[in-house]
Amino acid sequence: MTLEVAITVLQWLVAVLGAPLLVGIVRKTKARLQGRRGAGVWQPYRNLRKLLVKEVVISGTTSWVFRLTPYVVISTMLLSALMVPVLTTSGALPFLGNIIMLMSVFLLGTFFLALAALDAGSSFGGMGSSREMAIAALAEPTVMIAIFAIALRAGSTDLNEMVRRSVSDPLLLLNPGHLLAFLSFVIVALAETGRLPVDNPSTHLELTMIHEAMILEYSGRYLALIEWASSIKLFLFLTLLGNIFFPWGVAVTPEPVALVIGVVALAIKLGVLALGLAILETSVAKLRLFLVPELLSGSFLLALLAVISFFFLR
Amino acid sequence: MKLLLRNIFKTHVVTESGRPSVDEHIEMIGGRIHEQVRKQFGRSLHIREVDPGSCNGCELEITGLNSPYYDLERFGLQFVASPRHADCLLVTGPVTRNMADPLRRTYDATPDPKLVVAVGDCSRDCGIFAGAYGVVGPVSAVIPVDVVVPGCPPTPRAILAGILQALESRKIRSVR
Amino acid sequence: MLESATILFSSTLLFFASGAIGALVCARHHDLCRRVTHGFVFGGSVLIFGLSILGLLGGTFELVLPGILPFAGGLALGLDRLSAFFLLIIATGVAPSALYAISYTRHYPQKQSSMGFMLNIFVPAMMLVVLARNVLTFLLFWEAMSLASYFLVMTESEHEETCKAGWLYLVMMHAGLACLLIGFLAMSQASGTFDMSEWARSASGIDMGMRNLVFLVMAAGFLSKAGAIPFHVWLPRAHPAAPSHVSAVMSGVMIKLGVYGLIRIAFEWLGQGPAWWGAVILMVGAVSALLGVLYALVQHDLKSLLAFSSVENIGIILLGVGAGLLFRAYNLGSLASLALVAGLYHCLNHAIFKTLLFLGAGAVVEETHTRNMEEMGGLLKRMPHTGGYFLIGSLAIAGLPPFNGFISEWLTFQALMLSFNIPVQFLNLLFALSIAALAMTAGLAAACFVKAFGITFLALPRGETVDQAHEASRTMRASMGLLSVACLALGVLPALVLRPLSNTIAEFIGDRPELSFNWNNISAADVFAVIAPFWMAMILVVLILTVWVGLHAFGTNFHRRYYETWGCGRALQTAAFEYTAAAFAYPFKRVFALLYRSIEETEIEAHPESRFFVKTITYRHETRSIIEDSVYAPIAATVRRLAAKARKLQSGNVHSYLFYILVALLALVLFAK
Repeated sequence: MTLEVAITVLQWLVAVLGAPLLVGIVRKTKARLQGRRGAGVWQPYRNLRKLLVKEVVISGTTSWVFRLTPYVVISTMLLSALMVPVLTTSGALPFLGNIIMLMSVFLLGTFFLALAALDAGSSFGGMGSSREMAIAALAEPTVMIAIFAIALRAGSTDLNEMVRRSVSDPLLLLNPGHLLAFLSFVIVALAETGRLPVDNPSTHLELTMIHEAMILEYSGRYLALIEWASSIKLFLFLTLLGNIFFPWGVAVTPEPVALVIGVVALAIKLGVLALGLAILETSVAKLRLFLVPELLSGSFLLALLAVISFFFLR
Repeated sequence: MKLLLRNIFKTHVVTESGRPSVDEHIEMIGGRIHEQVRKQFGRSLHIREVDPGSCNGCELEITGLNSPYYDLERFGLQFVASPRHADCLLVTGPVTRNMADPLRRTYDATPDPKLVVAVGDCSRDCGIFAGAYGVVGPVSAVIPVDVVVPGCPPTPRAILAGILQALESRKIRSVR
Repeated sequence: MLESATILFSSTLLFFASGAIGALVCARHHDLCRRVTHGFVFGGSVLIFGLSILGLLGGTFELVLPGILPFAGGLALGLDRLSAFFLLIIATGVAPSALYAISYTRHYPQKQSSMGFMLNIFVPAMMLVVLARNVLTFLLFWEAMSLASYFLVMTESEHEETCKAGWLYLVMMHAGLACLLIGFLAMSQASGTFDMSEWARSASGIDMGMRNLVFLVMAAGFLSKAGAIPFHVWLPRAHPAAPSHVSAVMSGVMIKLGVYGLIRIAFEWLGQGPAWWGAVILMVGAVSALLGVLYALVQHDLKSLLAFSSVENIGIILLGVGAGLLFRAYNLGSLASLALVAGLYHCLNHAIFKTLLFLGAGAVVEETHTRNMEEMGGLLKRMPHTGGYFLIGSLAIAGLPPFNGFISEWLTFQALMLSFNIPVQFLNLLFALSIAALAMTAGLAAACFVKAFGITFLALPRGETVDQAHEASRTMRASMGLLSVACLALGVLPALVLRPLSNTIAEFIGDRPELSFNWNNISAADVFAVIAPFWMAMILVVLILTVWVGLHAFGTNFHRRYYETWGCGRALQTAAFEYTAAAFAYPFKRVFALLYRSIEETEIEAHPESRFFVKTITYRHETRSIIEDSVYAPIAATVRRLAAKARKLQSGNVHSYLFYILVALLALVLFAK
């Protein structure tokens, strides 16, 4: 029992403390691809540390919703980090692994952030809020159908169970539906985490912002919590992509050796995905906002094909 | 797409090496920020650029700071869109009548502790625009200034050196 | 058990009768009148709650009165678990609304007596529909319910809009009643009895074609009451026009009776049906859910938004019911039970949070004297309690944890996903599309309620009336508070409802649902899906506290300074810079432009001296209802055409009328043979 608790705490710490490192790696790789040296991989930690020193400047038009939101956003992300099998499937909280609940917890954070953006009464906030909710709503069907496609083969919507079954039966992964579901989930991950081509995380032009526009009014510790939450979201989505679709290396038993392998496997998968993300972001331009629904419907079709392939190939 | 990817991978890192230092006289004013804060800012500084009336010569040089050659990100510096996210205001040019109020609002919207770096001769003493009918005065007439980087326009290296020196310097000489 | 149920039932009727009499007696003393009548409604609904608990614990009773209207079969009432569950829904919706109405109705000075009277007829009529055991009882109280609600909707008949809404409501209700009459009478004739519980036994002997026809006709009738697309057109007009506590009861409770009727005919009275019944209900549910929320998104009238959202939630309920029917057609009894548990749990949850939202909206509308969201804003500071309760209602209806909407939506998802057990590929595809529709609905509902709460309560006021808004009265706040607590309680401890509900469905269908739960977790189909809502809520709270403590430990700067919103240094920051409701909905209008087929109009009024000096610019971006344009408008046009032709018969000439009578007599004599 204590071993499971320790493992759960360990994998949770890896997720929440390692998330800024992942963001740092993506940014460093992008910098290198752009031909410049870029900040170090530990820069996001320095940014967060510095933000904690700053005071908070709040607009008088806001209400307690604005002040509560950073705490809600970070705690939903911390809760999500407990739900995802980062290193192992034998944690102490097996009842918290349902993927539909995970997506709903993400939506809870997004809901509050959208409200906070409206609260300040600025045009940028309203714009960011409206766009973010539109993209979240349009990405939902793809997410659910992709989950359905995976759940059909794994016989469960529980994340730990999915990984366990895929590890024990590698043949489950050898079918076209798997690849289709993976591709559609990649597009959804880009939409939900606000990366190119859906949203540019490093833009300064407010009219091109989606996620950034919602946090323009935040400063100091609030901004630190929200930035940290965004990095955890990216970490968790990439972990899901790695561990659900390519589950080799995830520890299914609570042995120390398996855990070490889990850490190494996670590092490799995240490294590859981060590299891929950096190359993608360097080579594509941001899509016009009203072309994003077309991208999302394309990914929806891929997911639907994944589901159909299951029914026709069984 | 293939061409783009090929170019991305073929281009090497072109950033100049080392930290810039210049012979020019960088003015430091006041000791308004705490030592501990200075240490934090030394590793991560978010900058918001404000132009209350410059001729954009300084802006062109500042744009160069983002280029792969000067690459200010390697020192932990970053430009941001909102003053709420900023630690440092980079102000260029003299302050014109219409932009005096927006400049003050930008300054007030920035959370403490903060720095103000005035870039160019115009921001120090209005430069060639001194005495013009549309000009209120130098930047220090409207908001408190910590560092002045002289030049018309100063080179990107000088601007970078100015900012970094403001963060590293332990002995602040008080002018005025 | 038997006696206590009958005693409770009789006392309930007594309470409502007293309330009705009290309304007539105290008609001139307005304050006394509203307190007395709505107090009796509240008391009656508490008794209904007691009766429902008794029924859910297994108590039943029967009351047969053949003496009343014996030619039509007399009255017959009976309580079983399913009826008890719907009584629970009625009680949960009506009790807070009655409590709210005690002070809310002070704004309708001349009408308190008639409102109180009608409410005391409306609520027991609903109760008696659910308890009805034969055709006459059902139809009699169904009609009583419709008429009472019509008079309640027409409370403010001095507004032309209300009259039009009431008229449409009346027409649709009676069209539905006509369908029900046809169905009920056909089935009575085919099975030889007016007693509906007998129909289940003789159903297998009746011709399938007849049963299919009856199903279609009665489903149309019940779906029009439920407000499913394409029969929903009365809902978005009637619910905003009615006083808010009436809207709450109609939206939260009355439309569920359509679902009740549908469940009764499809699962019990018509026997085992073919799979296409379930497919039809599933498709109606998916379309209702999607279209309901899409229309809700573009409304700027707060109560219309809530009305369309009811259409959406009926769609979600119908997804569960349709899935249940399909599972039953393939003899997957436990999965059918699971789907029905999901659908009925959503019925209860919707009753709770929709009532909460309508009561909150009522408080807001009363204070700002407008239903238009574009003139609201900044109400959270002036009405903090109402705003807080409305936020909880919004979180619940968006299906977000840890509130109750999440649990029932999750259960519906599981029921739909477990459809892979059905071996028919076409149905598998249909289910997959339903999952997509439900997911999109959930996302759009979240967007819709960000808009509803954000535009109404947050940021700066957009209209002048907001400044004098003050907090709602104590009973209004208490009623909303009770419902908020229920939202949270049912989201964190769903076993409170799942236990009686599982027993209800097990008794009704005959199979226990594929569901196991205890006080802190639920699992569907064993390892297929497990959630632990209690632990999740606890961990969330602990994490928020941990973060706060952690920030303190880190030596964070906790200083806070107030300054204006960042507007790029602009000198003025007024409400004109805020996002409007129409602006918020704009991305959706663009993406779903094919559905909305909206019309954009810009009117520029310039100074007479020069067209370059603009005085006002009016921008309108109206969406049109595709169903009203393509279904109802042609039907109305055809009816008008035929009526114009029929008018020729009314020549005013007595001789032609005598001729018609002669012809009719001859025809009757001929055909009666």
